[in-house]
Amino acid sequence: MAGLALKDVRKQYGKVEVIKGIDLDVADGEFVVFVGPSGCGKSTLLRMIAGLEEISSGTLSIGGRVVNDLSPKERGIAMVFQSYALYPHKTVYDNMAFGLQLAKAPTSEIDAKVKRAAGILHMEHLLDRKPSQLSGGQRQRVAIGRAIVRNPEVFLFDEPLSNLDAALRVTMRAELSKLHRDLGATMIYVTHDQVEAMTLADKIVVLEAGVVQQAGTPLQLYHNPQNRFVAGFIGSPKMNFIPVEIAEAGSGGVTVASADLARTLIPVAPDAAVAGAKAVLGIRPEHVTGGDRPVTFKGRVELVERLGHQTVVEVATAGGATVTALLDGTTLVRPGETLTLGFDPADAHLFGESGRAMERFHLPEIARMTRRTAA
Amino acid sequence: MSFRKSDNASAWSMLAPAFLLIGLFIVVPFALSVIFAFTDQRLVPNPNITTKFVGVRNFERLFDGDTFSNAFLRTATFVILVVPLQCAMGLGAAMLINTTLPVRNVFRGIYFLPTVISMVVVSVVWASLFQMEGFFNAALRAASFGLLEPVDWLANPWTAMPSLVLMSAWQGFPFQMVVYLAGLQGISKDLYEAARIDGATRWQEFRHITIPALRNTHILVVMTTTILAFKLFTQVQLLTQGGPRGVTDTLVRYIYMTGFREGKVGLAAAAAVLFFLLVFAISLVQRRLLKEERAIQ
Repeated sequence: MAGLALKDVRKQYGKVEVIKGIDLDVADGEFVVFVGPSGCGKSTLLRMIAGLEEISSGTLSIGGRVVNDLSPKERGIAMVFQSYALYPHKTVYDNMAFGLQLAKAPTSEIDAKVKRAAGILHMEHLLDRKPSQLSGGQRQRVAIGRAIVRNPEVFLFDEPLSNLDAALRVTMRAELSKLHRDLGATMIYVTHDQVEAMTLADKIVVLEAGVVQQAGTPLQLYHNPQNRFVAGFIGSPKMNFIPVEIAEAGSGGVTVASADLARTLIPVAPDAAVAGAKAVLGIRPEHVTGGDRPVTFKGRVELVERLGHQTVVEVATAGGATVTALLDGTTLVRPGETLTLGFDPADAHLFGESGRAMERFHLPEIARMTRRTAA
Repeated sequence: MSFRKSDNASAWSMLAPAFLLIGLFIVVPFALSVIFAFTDQRLVPNPNITTKFVGVRNFERLFDGDTFSNAFLRTATFVILVVPLQCAMGLGAAMLINTTLPVRNVFRGIYFLPTVISMVVVSVVWASLFQMEGFFNAALRAASFGLLEPVDWLANPWTAMPSLVLMSAWQGFPFQMVVYLAGLQGISKDLYEAARIDGATRWQEFRHITIPALRNTHILVVMTTTILAFKLFTQVQLLTQGGPRGVTDTLVRYIYMTGFREGKVGLAAAAAVLFFLLVFAISLVQRRLLKEERAIQ
């Protein structure tokens, strides 16, 4: 097992740069998830680590060894593909054994390793089947089994659950998490599903346009996003952004106001904020509740989505902002009504004109912990 | 689903031309040749002697003489030589043009050209290449620094058949190439990447992924190429007329010569019926092989 270090890693296709200088350290045994919108470069970055895409510049080391010029096989990695990429004409056993067979490992060793991997994944009974005779979840297991047999230093997963149905995805997610605990291996996982990212990761790396926007524990990213992009990307429904103007900036926080909000003190470090500058207030839908909160505003209900345990309400304010609130599932509200909503300024985020977040004074204890101390 | 009467009528009227043409040019001649195979029908009937039923005598005569069996053996030799060569050329070319290079369509066009050219034209062009002063002898001389004597490729019993095989493979391989290309494009790139991670070399990728994934394509290509190869006629008729010493005689040429030159239509029809049964048997084998594959899937 080994850690991983990327130093100023870049990828160019002709003149187009798709990975724009990534610096990242992955500790031994860490579960790192790359998330980001389509085309952000997360899969490309994973493929560069695998050795399936060349690294244009920068260095990639696995276990302290620079592997830029090594073939995928020599890097000590194993990869699980979104399509599973099982060899269709080989049995499950041979699919898992293929790498070892190519390396001319002794038959007894191959047999022991394949049986062990099959045991870990509870699929001893599937070894004689062909991939076409397996269900989606079973194919997924075989793909993971093939990775385990390679006994890699680093496991790479490229959106491995996106072809499964919702229920199976939840099961496999839990199994992957357990597998990570059992094997203690370093894993890098690409997904666009933030639930997978939040639940699996020790560390989430949010990528956009080939740049790391922020890397940190899931709760750091949730409670302390460093910019508007991360704030909007992590969390569902998406964080509300309300344009405001800074009325006053002091050591106690920044006072903002807008057409919809009276002057409100947001407890954040003012950085370079000056009175009169524009800013964006961020507040998560789950922090927007009824009118009994310190800050209130009114809006017309545009949309009501009832999820049973919760109700998603979208309101349009007089000032032109659209705010989503996550209310109790039994809230009586209809489209067209006027609703008073409110929030606690301590839950709010404030972003300067550049989109950078001002540091929040009040962070929950859990947002300061690493994953392991929190667990 | 039910059709109204007028729908039925218009359906039949649209089908009629095709039915008529297929009936006139395929079904009727086929039925006639089966009937003729058991008669002593001649090309130009003698008004004094009526055509009569002769039972299986035509078939007995085919197997008595050695012209028919010679033609069969020569055709089989051609098939055995040309099918592997042509399929290998088709697969090789398909792999070369199965790239993402921007000029790939140009190469696809160039490689496809030979099949578009008529076999008659190809034969004439290659006849000049095979001449004593032609390209192949010049190449032979250059490669051996003048040590090897020029060869009369089409007149030498040892080289006539290989020469025909080479030319036929060259003219025909683009068809196999196109079918293989379609097969290759159906193989997921992920499989090759998974194999690279497993440490496979290029050869191992070919051996363990490309070849097995093309199983159905192989069956289709080999069977159709075999049937096409059995129909060998044009290039033989144009270049060697079955010679030298009958080494390039073929089944179709035998049928043609017997029926239209010697006028023994009954005998030729019997040979044609046997030829049909041979091709039919090959098709059955192909169906069988493809069916088994489907059962596994």
